[in-house]
Amino acid sequence: MLSSTARRLGRPAAALLGAAVIALGSGLAHGQAKEQFIPANFYWVGPYASGGSGIAGGFIDYFKMVNARDGGVNGVKITWEKCETEYNNARGVECYERSKNKGPTGASLIHPLSTGITYSLIDKGTADKIPIVSLGYGRADATIGSVFPYVFPLMTTYWSQAAAMVNFLGQREGGLAKLKGKKIVLLYHESAYGKEPIPVLTDLSKKYGYQLTTIAVPHPGNEQQSQWLQIRQIRPDWVILWGWGVMNPTALKAAQKTGFPRNKILGVWWSGAEEDVIPAGSAAKGYMAAGFNAPGTSYPAIQDILKYVYAKGDGEMEDKSRVGSIYYNRGVVLAAVSVEAIKVAQEHFGKGKPVTGEQVAWGLEHLNLDEKRLKQLGLSGFMPPTTTACNNHEGSGLVKFQQWDGTKWKILTANWVAPTPEDQKLVRSKMEASAAKYAKDKGITPRANCTDEN
Amino acid sequence: MQFFFEVLIGGLLAGIMYSLVALGFVLIYKASGVFNFAQGAMVFFAALTVVGFMEQGAPLPLAIGLCLIVMILLGVATERIVLRPLVNQPQITLFMATIGLAFFVEGLAQGLWGAQVHALDIGIPDTPIESLMDKTGMLISQFDLIAALICAVLVTLLAVFFNKTRIGRALRAVADDHQAALAVGIPLKQIWAIVWAVAGFVALVAGLLWGARNGVQFALTFVALKALPVLILGGFESIAGAIVGGLIVGSSEKLAEVFLGPYVGGGIEGWFAYVVALLFLLVRPQGLFGEKIIERV
Amino acid sequence: MLYRETGQFKTSYAADQQIFPLRQDRIGVVATLLVAFIVVPLVANEYWLEAILIPFLVFSLAALGLNILTGYAGQLSLGTAAFMAVGAFGAYNFELRLEWMPILGSFALGGVCAAFVGILFGLPSLRIKGFYLAVATLAAQFFVVWALTHFNWFSNYSASGVITAQRIEIFGFYFLTGQSKYLLVLAIVTLLALAAKNMVRSETGRAWMAVRDFDVAAAVIGIPVMRTKLLAFAVSSFYCGVAGALYAYAYLGTVEPDGFNLDLSFRILFMIIIGGVGSILGSFLGAAFIVLFPILLNRFAEPFANAIGIDLPSGMSSNLELIIFGGLIIFFLAVEPLGLARLWQVAKEKLRLWPFPH
Repeated sequence: MLSSTARRLGRPAAALLGAAVIALGSGLAHGQAKEQFIPANFYWVGPYASGGSGIAGGFIDYFKMVNARDGGVNGVKITWEKCETEYNNARGVECYERSKNKGPTGASLIHPLSTGITYSLIDKGTADKIPIVSLGYGRADATIGSVFPYVFPLMTTYWSQAAAMVNFLGQREGGLAKLKGKKIVLLYHESAYGKEPIPVLTDLSKKYGYQLTTIAVPHPGNEQQSQWLQIRQIRPDWVILWGWGVMNPTALKAAQKTGFPRNKILGVWWSGAEEDVIPAGSAAKGYMAAGFNAPGTSYPAIQDILKYVYAKGDGEMEDKSRVGSIYYNRGVVLAAVSVEAIKVAQEHFGKGKPVTGEQVAWGLEHLNLDEKRLKQLGLSGFMPPTTTACNNHEGSGLVKFQQWDGTKWKILTANWVAPTPEDQKLVRSKMEASAAKYAKDKGITPRANCTDEN
Repeated sequence: MQFFFEVLIGGLLAGIMYSLVALGFVLIYKASGVFNFAQGAMVFFAALTVVGFMEQGAPLPLAIGLCLIVMILLGVATERIVLRPLVNQPQITLFMATIGLAFFVEGLAQGLWGAQVHALDIGIPDTPIESLMDKTGMLISQFDLIAALICAVLVTLLAVFFNKTRIGRALRAVADDHQAALAVGIPLKQIWAIVWAVAGFVALVAGLLWGARNGVQFALTFVALKALPVLILGGFESIAGAIVGGLIVGSSEKLAEVFLGPYVGGGIEGWFAYVVALLFLLVRPQGLFGEKIIERV
Repeated sequence: MLYRETGQFKTSYAADQQIFPLRQDRIGVVATLLVAFIVVPLVANEYWLEAILIPFLVFSLAALGLNILTGYAGQLSLGTAAFMAVGAFGAYNFELRLEWMPILGSFALGGVCAAFVGILFGLPSLRIKGFYLAVATLAAQFFVVWALTHFNWFSNYSASGVITAQRIEIFGFYFLTGQSKYLLVLAIVTLLALAAKNMVRSETGRAWMAVRDFDVAAAVIGIPVMRTKLLAFAVSSFYCGVAGALYAYAYLGTVEPDGFNLDLSFRILFMIIIGGVGSILGSFLGAAFIVLFPILLNRFAEPFANAIGIDLPSGMSSNLELIIFGGLIIFFLAVEPLGLARLWQVAKEKLRLWPFPH
């Protein structure tokens, strides 16, 4: 946003003045323009910069494309401003506070892109009525919208994913019944994030009769000899890898070193990008991972980005070959959901006018991204169909599984994989219990008239 | 029992990798009394620079050569710009300055070469040695063995350099007493520049091996954390201490994780080495090979 | 002229022993406090309060705690964040498990828990010092975070080890807005800072400094070295623990053990080194530098580059900020190796003579 303003103004002195005015947080420069502001608070430096910069690129490029192709959402241009969070809670909170009053209606919604920052923003977003969209991370129990009105773990949560993984492993074994007696190891990053799936996987192990062993890897996970020697002793049928950053390639390398077949390792979606396998070189071949977005550039929306943004040399990615990578495409998913929520909100509260955070939250609760709508958006097969409701902020729970063939990710499951309906109920009841506990601790009265269907 | 040995040998080999990083700290601390926080950043910078040159089309040996020149320049520049204005300042100030240097180098590395992760193939396969596996059933990686070998060669080279060459003797003199060294006409500034350049070289070797092992990415800066317990165990100013400390830390943390870990839920590797080092220091405060003049109660 | 101490005569011991014996200092402190307590809450907007001032105060308190240990007692520590974590999780559990416990009591008890952990991990200081001790305190850092993640009891069996701070309530008043939280934090920090200022010039503080400067000599003149060092660890960790509780309750709301990582410890160490080791004021100046500076850079780097006609590729500006930040630390140290507090001292010397320097 800043850069575009400055470029439009052209003259350096004017640009400096304009930039300074905006930077001082006055917000006056925006006036009553038909603009919808979305913060781009991501990270471009530090250990996770490779992922952060890819997601940021896809996110911003999609907005650029929507502005160039459609002239915004019903004529309302989307604006954004970058803020460096360094994947650090304090910086993330500062970025949030800085961005929340920008634009004519304030921040429409925010993607914290870090579980830690998401936790820190839950109270603030709820108080300021700005939706916190933690797509594929954050609290799983925020699915219960009656307790978390402004938190949206859209599409799929860690708990649903864990159940979907078990379902997938069942399919691989030739039926869930065959899981009986099998050995599964969960190799997880020792942190809040890594511990998320343990309760679900434990419950399911009782149900399906597989034997679950959990092995922790201390942060940052650049040394895993002992963990993999333990795994070799156990001789599991499957290893579920719940890693982050350098832990992923190190795990694949250590698996190779201890002779564990990589095509028996199944990763979480934060372990399944190019960044996680390329450093491992040939050791990564055959490794599988979940994902809520497909790789590649063949989808019409991505083609439009190339046509309307990159053809003009306006793209965010310096290295154009990263367009279509897992993280880039994940950024596109984040942006597409944001734009869709704004559109739904506009259609309800008044077309062609900027909407407030509260209205966007309504939009996020009434998303109807079915197969038909995804096709219109040029994103069919790219992201899971998602239908949300007041008390269902997840709306899908679907993932695809992919396999690294040594050079690129290949989709293994043409269709989206969900947990079995029974398991979904189990996950749901866990979420309800956890949300109820949260409500009790915080003294929150759940919203009335909040149901699973609109 | 065979499993025990497997863990033990794996730990010893991992320990050698820690020693490699610890060596860089020791060199600089020995000669200038600076605890160089930027060592991890230098490892990252070196590995990324090699990969960067390779992606520009340079073959591996040329890339390593070019990177060595860059690291030497960085070392000399550090002495000129960072250390020289801070001569005679308290240790903690120098330590802080190296933290500033770490930020600088991290920003420079990612700014120059981008934030992407890279694979680094130095031509040594990271797979178990099959003949050994057939005979004993133990899995020992070729890569780890060769890394240990490289480390041994490096230590020998450094030992010869320190003990047999003129510059090496000057370095030891500087380490013993700055003032006395100056008085007998040893050029202190040049010596420091040389030490930083040598530390840059060690960072390059560590960067190559760690980069080939886990990929070249920002997380390489974290390998410094693995070197710290090695340092307290072995002593900040002993090269031999860095090696023996690395072996002890590597093997004890692996054995602890495998055999004690399951009783407390695992993940103890992160702090176990520090506790071992602490307990050891309580008994023997001068470390394994510490010199008695160093600051201890 | 402006800062002249001549003509200020003390006629009683009480007057001679005030915390701020100079009239100018008293005026300065009172004026600062008036501005902080009255003007700031009136003029500052939500952004300044919630995103800048509250974290600034919380980090100042933590830096103050570390400064007591490192600056006054001479024991280098890299476990600050761990002590903060103990404070935060301690306060949470007291509040959770004891219905009748007032929130300020929980904060204080959180601090006490941190103090005990501090004493435990301060034991090695009896045998080692300098960087050896610093690296040894890393054991505290890693062990505490591991324990808090690992044993679910600490987080009341939440699946992920995350705790959500209860609302702050004192006598039926809920501290929900930025303003009220800011005032609460400010009051606590002011109180503790004045206490620290007083403590370091008391017998305790002088004993710390004696141990710092020459421990053998301190022992010879009858200062119990062991007790003095452990007391420094306890007091320092208490301050850090309270800071941690405020970090969780007044600032972030929900925290995970991972948030109190080594990075945070280092950040607080930077604060005291940049601000001035062994200076109460320095803790505040250093916290201001480390909290504010990256934010300022982030705000102005890109607009500035655009203004002079450089179009920075995405991500480059973030890296540039890091380079400038690192460069400035080195620059500041070269100009004033003893920290920002030393600059203030120099300024005072100048003001004493100004405008007639000769």
